[in-house]
Amino acid sequence: MAEITLYRSKVKPDWCPGCGDYAVLNALQKAVADLDINPKDILAVSGIGCSSNLPGFLNTYGFHGLHGRSLPIATGAKLANHDLTVIATGGDGDGFGIGLGHFVHTVRRNVDILYIVMDNQVYGLTTGQASPTTEKGTKTKSTPGGVIEFPVNPLALALVSGGTFVARGFSGEVNHLTELIKQGIRHKGFALLDVFSPCVTYNKHNTYPWFKERVYKVEDEGHDASNMEAALQRAGEWDGRIPIGVLYQAERPTYEEEELALQAGPLVKQPLGLAGRESVLLEFT
Amino acid sequence: MGKTVSIVSGVDQAPPVPVAGDRTVQVWIGGSAGDGIASAGEAFAKVCSRSGLQLLAYNSYQSVIRGGHVCMHVRVGEEKVYTHGDDHCHFLIALNADTAARYADRIVSGGGVLFNADRVQVKPEQLALGAQAFGLPVSTMASSLLLQNTVALGALIRLMDLRMETLVGVIQDTFARKSKMVIEENLAAAKAGYDYAAKHFPPPRFTLKQTNKRRLLMSGNQAIALGALAAGCKFYSAYPMTPASSIMHWLAAHAAQYGLLLKQAEDEIAAINMAIGAGHVGVRAMTGTSGGGFALMTEAIGMAGMTETPVVIVSSQRGGPSTGLPTKTEQGDLFQMLGASQGDFPRMLLAPRTVEECFRLTTEAFNLAERFQCPVMIASDLLLSEHQETIDGLDLNVPIDRGELVNGHGVEGEYKRFAVTPTGISPRAFPGHEGTIFVAASDEHGEDGVLISDVFTDPPTRARMMEKRMRKVETALGELPDPMMWGQADAQVMLVGWGSTYGLIREVIQRLAGEGITANTLELTHLWPMKGDAIGTLLRQAKRLIDIEGNFTAQLARLLSSETGVRIADRIVKYDGEPFTPGPVVKQIKEMLRHG
Repeated sequence: MAEITLYRSKVKPDWCPGCGDYAVLNALQKAVADLDINPKDILAVSGIGCSSNLPGFLNTYGFHGLHGRSLPIATGAKLANHDLTVIATGGDGDGFGIGLGHFVHTVRRNVDILYIVMDNQVYGLTTGQASPTTEKGTKTKSTPGGVIEFPVNPLALALVSGGTFVARGFSGEVNHLTELIKQGIRHKGFALLDVFSPCVTYNKHNTYPWFKERVYKVEDEGHDASNMEAALQRAGEWDGRIPIGVLYQAERPTYEEEELALQAGPLVKQPLGLAGRESVLLEFT
Repeated sequence: MGKTVSIVSGVDQAPPVPVAGDRTVQVWIGGSAGDGIASAGEAFAKVCSRSGLQLLAYNSYQSVIRGGHVCMHVRVGEEKVYTHGDDHCHFLIALNADTAARYADRIVSGGGVLFNADRVQVKPEQLALGAQAFGLPVSTMASSLLLQNTVALGALIRLMDLRMETLVGVIQDTFARKSKMVIEENLAAAKAGYDYAAKHFPPPRFTLKQTNKRRLLMSGNQAIALGALAAGCKFYSAYPMTPASSIMHWLAAHAAQYGLLLKQAEDEIAAINMAIGAGHVGVRAMTGTSGGGFALMTEAIGMAGMTETPVVIVSSQRGGPSTGLPTKTEQGDLFQMLGASQGDFPRMLLAPRTVEECFRLTTEAFNLAERFQCPVMIASDLLLSEHQETIDGLDLNVPIDRGELVNGHGVEGEYKRFAVTPTGISPRAFPGHEGTIFVAASDEHGEDGVLISDVFTDPPTRARMMEKRMRKVETALGELPDPMMWGQADAQVMLVGWGSTYGLIREVIQRLAGEGITANTLELTHLWPMKGDAIGTLLRQAKRLIDIEGNFTAQLARLLSSETGVRIADRIVKYDGEPFTPGPVVKQIKEMLRHG
């Protein structure tokens, strides 16, 4: 087990005091320390938003990309060097708004990536507009009359898209969250970890106390994580009680395992070029 | 002063008479999509190639899978063939009545139309003077109507005095993976066509001298794909889009064997972001698309510039704007490529002009992308990407320059991924490497990669990092090849173009020479960064300048004007979707020269 300080970069997080993202950062650092993964073998990829600044606070390799595009970047990186532990991070706007298309496709691809979404149900960095997970009726800067649309349900979406690891955590439950991250990293395939990470500045509705009153751990209630129907049912729970924990986990070959080009090992280690392989030209004669 | 003249195909047709001295033979194969035009055309092209002849083939088609009108133009000669030729043919294979009706008057004297006499009638009054109708009773010659193209091909081989055994070999290779019955049927149909022609049609005319010289028959996209593999590309991500898709198809068919991972992405945004992710961890990666998909890639192209990640992007242009002409050629995206993404950052644009250059410049693109750690674009177009041409050969043993890397070397002190250097190039490290941890950020950052975007006041760092990145442009300009002039230095006119108009310009120069007019041309393949001063010097030496481009606004001429200060006032443009043919361009140049 490594020291957690090994995973802290020289940059201090600049999130608002009380932001849920601090807990996610701490839990992630604790999880990789517990799993004893060498920082050089981790690549953290993010999009744009408050939570997407996270790779800068980690002492690992990182790529801080474009808004909504963390998953394609992470996919390219993982397929190019599958020896790396690739962790994508971002927010609900990044992942379920502008990046929603990539989300569904990455789930069904089952590339071995952990995707941690710090879901605060609001756009923070752009100062408080409605996000794809904002509850219907919520008044925000961009929706003074209340949000008209029904919110995206990321867990249900992942389940019906062929997800093999679908989980939810809460920044108010750091130890639980740490364990979820560890499970997500150990899971062979794409792992979605949606984390309630309250925005203390722009979301005055879905607050720590609001979640504390509602969340419960599915493992405490004998949930069977291999049961898709049960998982879908729990993913739909919102009014009154809200589940956290691993809703669903299944074994399926990863994209890397099925991709023929990777049978010879990570792409980055394979030889380059066609020298000596002139027979490739025969089809043109 | 000066004028812009637009050339439109099919208007003001000259009589179907080849220019004096032209020894090439033009064969058109037309019908509906699904009639097997491409397969017959490719088989014919292969027979010619294996007969030691040179050729160029261009398929004019529509965005339909069945029906519509498709016509493959194959031009064969004993010397290098530069274009698919003027608007006439020696032999027309008409696989339906519509094709016969469209082109019967485009056949040169002594040539003829081959058709299935059971289905199609050709009346003498439809034919151009001296052209003949070569009806084939296909139902008595082949087991299926589907074989009518093969019957016609057999007849054509006889009419051009090519060897039946060459066609037999081509058919056996083409259908190698099909059942024995399919091969037998096709061989029988071809033989029946050949024998019928020998018995009923006049002896061969328009014959060409066959040799033992063997060449490669290849399309531009195949050459790009092959170039990528030769350069060590290991990752190609793309979304289907004509006319770039055949790069994906060729690579997909060869991916497992040659160690390339081909990823069809959910859209072009994902495609380029995947390629950049792969490039970031040290794998040579490429994506390819056409104008519409390129538009979706633009934000990520800027990210590659900002994060200094190598990536190669092929943009094969088609007629725009918007969905435009999905299956037609144009050179209308120059400014989209040069202007893609917000802000200033180093980028490179290479514009191959021939199949060989598609190969060579693709290999160079990977070296440039890693040497200068920036996006490198390859501009093709439908004509260049999809046309097939015989080439003399390719050297697959290409230089691979991975640029400046710290991998495997110790780093003294703190590793700064974006270190300010005199060249602007900062040595790269790949994730997984010990002692060089860094974050690449699309936000502005310092030498160590730490974001400064939200720092209240750090204008000096911003300026320093901007200058560091842009210094790579100066370094590149010092290393890129100088522009050249091709042809006679004191020629009466210099013709200026880019990309696929190369062949046109070469043939036009030959034809003008035949009429006593001297012309030269500017050799331009590295369009950006542009060596404006050197190009300006060449342009100023020209007695007269004419720009030839496949777009409405003469985009290259406009670029040259801003980068060299030389305005090319006379412009011949084409934006009707079909490639230029030499005849109308020669006529127009003569007109322009006559009017001073």
